[in-house]
Amino acid sequence: MSSAPQREDDVVIRIRGLVNAFSGHVIHDHLDLDVMRGEVLGVVGGSGAGKSVLLRSIIGLNHPESGSIEVFGVETADMDAEDLKGLQLRWGVLFQGGALFSSQTVAENIQVPLRRYTHMSQELMDEIAAMKLALVGLPPDAAQKYPSELSGGMIKRAGLARALALDPELLFLDEPTSGLDPISANQFDQLVRSLQQSLGLTVFMVTHDIDSLRAVTDRIAVLVNKKIKVGTFQTLVQDSDPWIHEYFSGARGRAALAGTA
Amino acid sequence: MRNRPLAAPDQSLADLRLERGQNLLRLVPTGEWNVGQSPRLDSLLNDLRPEGAREAEIDGAGISELDSAGAWLLLRTKHKLEQEGVRVRNFTLPERYTPLVQIMEADHLTGPVVHRPRPRGFRYFLERLGRGTMHALGQGYGMLGFLGRVTVEAIEAILSPRRELPIPAFVRQVEETGLTALPIVGLLAFLIGVVLAYQGADQLRRFGAEIFTVDLLGVGFLRELGGLVTAIIVAGRSGSAFTAFIGTMRVNEEVDAMETMGLNIAEVLVLPRVLGLMIALPLLTFYADVVGLIGGMVMCYFDLHITVPMFLRELETAITYKTLLVGLIKAPVFAFLIGLVGCFEGLRVERNAESVGKLTTRSVVESIFLIITFDAAFSILFSIIGI
Repeated sequence: MSSAPQREDDVVIRIRGLVNAFSGHVIHDHLDLDVMRGEVLGVVGGSGAGKSVLLRSIIGLNHPESGSIEVFGVETADMDAEDLKGLQLRWGVLFQGGALFSSQTVAENIQVPLRRYTHMSQELMDEIAAMKLALVGLPPDAAQKYPSELSGGMIKRAGLARALALDPELLFLDEPTSGLDPISANQFDQLVRSLQQSLGLTVFMVTHDIDSLRAVTDRIAVLVNKKIKVGTFQTLVQDSDPWIHEYFSGARGRAALAGTA
Repeated sequence: MRNRPLAAPDQSLADLRLERGQNLLRLVPTGEWNVGQSPRLDSLLNDLRPEGAREAEIDGAGISELDSAGAWLLLRTKHKLEQEGVRVRNFTLPERYTPLVQIMEADHLTGPVVHRPRPRGFRYFLERLGRGTMHALGQGYGMLGFLGRVTVEAIEAILSPRRELPIPAFVRQVEETGLTALPIVGLLAFLIGVVLAYQGADQLRRFGAEIFTVDLLGVGFLRELGGLVTAIIVAGRSGSAFTAFIGTMRVNEEVDAMETMGLNIAEVLVLPRVLGLMIALPLLTFYADVVGLIGGMVMCYFDLHITVPMFLRELETAITYKTLLVGLIKAPVFAFLIGLVGCFEGLRVERNAESVGKLTTRSVVESIFLIITFDAAFSILFSIIGI
């Protein structure tokens, strides 16, 4: 949990030789990637570069053509639903649209994993739900609202609260700030950072938000030409690849970098 | 590395030791205070009473693992003790958990979430009844308004074709609601013809009046069953498709986009569907009549040994053009109802996925309800004017 030096057993996700292809069209060509315990890894790439496919492969929603994916030292690539259960307790996923269950209130949404995996009393679940709502910065009265009654930013926060319901060690975020205004996006970044530090999370974040990348991530993985390149914001700006160079040193990139100075 | 056996909550990986001194209550939590252990720890802590202690200590130095659920239980206990007038003079946890406790205390301790009460009982029944009645009235009122709008639009579109009428859309609707429905309508009409002939023959045989099975089939199918069965199949098949299609367009904001571009919703979305169905349904009804009679004819041959020429001769005496027309004249009315309800409910869809499903179901139920109500009204009307 603490930010110890990078030892072998500090690798939370280990990807080796991952190949994904859809109807003959290769998306990932022998990718290698390590995600370390306690870090926030940002994943970027052009549209169609396979960011979401990578995320879905790791959490077992997409079966890769070949290659190995180990999460917490367990191979997930060929797992069936039954085997995945043990891992699902230890990670939380925030989907792009929030993916809140629309027929249930926010509180009931947060309690779905608690009900599934623990034997808590209803009182304790209600307390935990309230605590998670406070943790993600939602007002108490959001608990009894239905997803259709929430704004975009509130849906993301509620989705985050549900992802954190079982106190996972590993958190997957799929474009958490897309569709939010810059102020809400900034607040969400701060929230992710402070939760990551206080709960000791490892975060795998797919994003296009260059401000998020600067504010939250420790390392950045860029999907380009079916391969992956990992670096920090500062090193990637100087990268020789034209796409990466363009991405990080475009006007938005410079503005974000100027903010760090 | 954490390894929590959530499946076995009784395994005592976490513990709480109580030490009572003079006026002092010492809580010593040890082990893994995490979400998996929390149900057991919760009941342990709920049973905790100060029993006269004035001061308390929570010494969590022996905690090997703490997550937000565990931290919540400890903080909750601390606050509960304080509220009961016990001073908590010491609250220690391993240093690595300080940020966790800080962020949780910063968020203030809130009470449990309140669920919306789910009322029951007679008052709730009355309330629902009233709400349902008002809803039904509002629904009728809304539909009437929609009917007016569509009528005005239709007349305008026909009288002054300002733009090109959406002929391709109209033709496609006839194809989708009519042509592609032929197999299912044919199969069901044939089977109903078989069933009707069989049941009719069974009853009429007792009176030696088997031959009147043909009359029963002819009048029953042409006047009532053909039209009714076809309309109900089409309501389930095309009425639902109208609602789901227009509803999905609403979810995607396509309807809003059309309005912004000055396109007339009634003209673009509603008219082709309603008019297309009003052409397709009478044709389908006639087809169902014919196939149903063939079904009955086959059954008559095998069950009653009524040959095809005998069947046709008897049919000729039993029915007239009027019998057929009485059945067919209802078809455009049913088509209008199905199309109107389907489009009306589709346009009422809200911008969420759940709404599409809910209103599609409602659309089918409402159109079948209206079809049968209007069929009854037609029967009364025809008996008054003596057809």
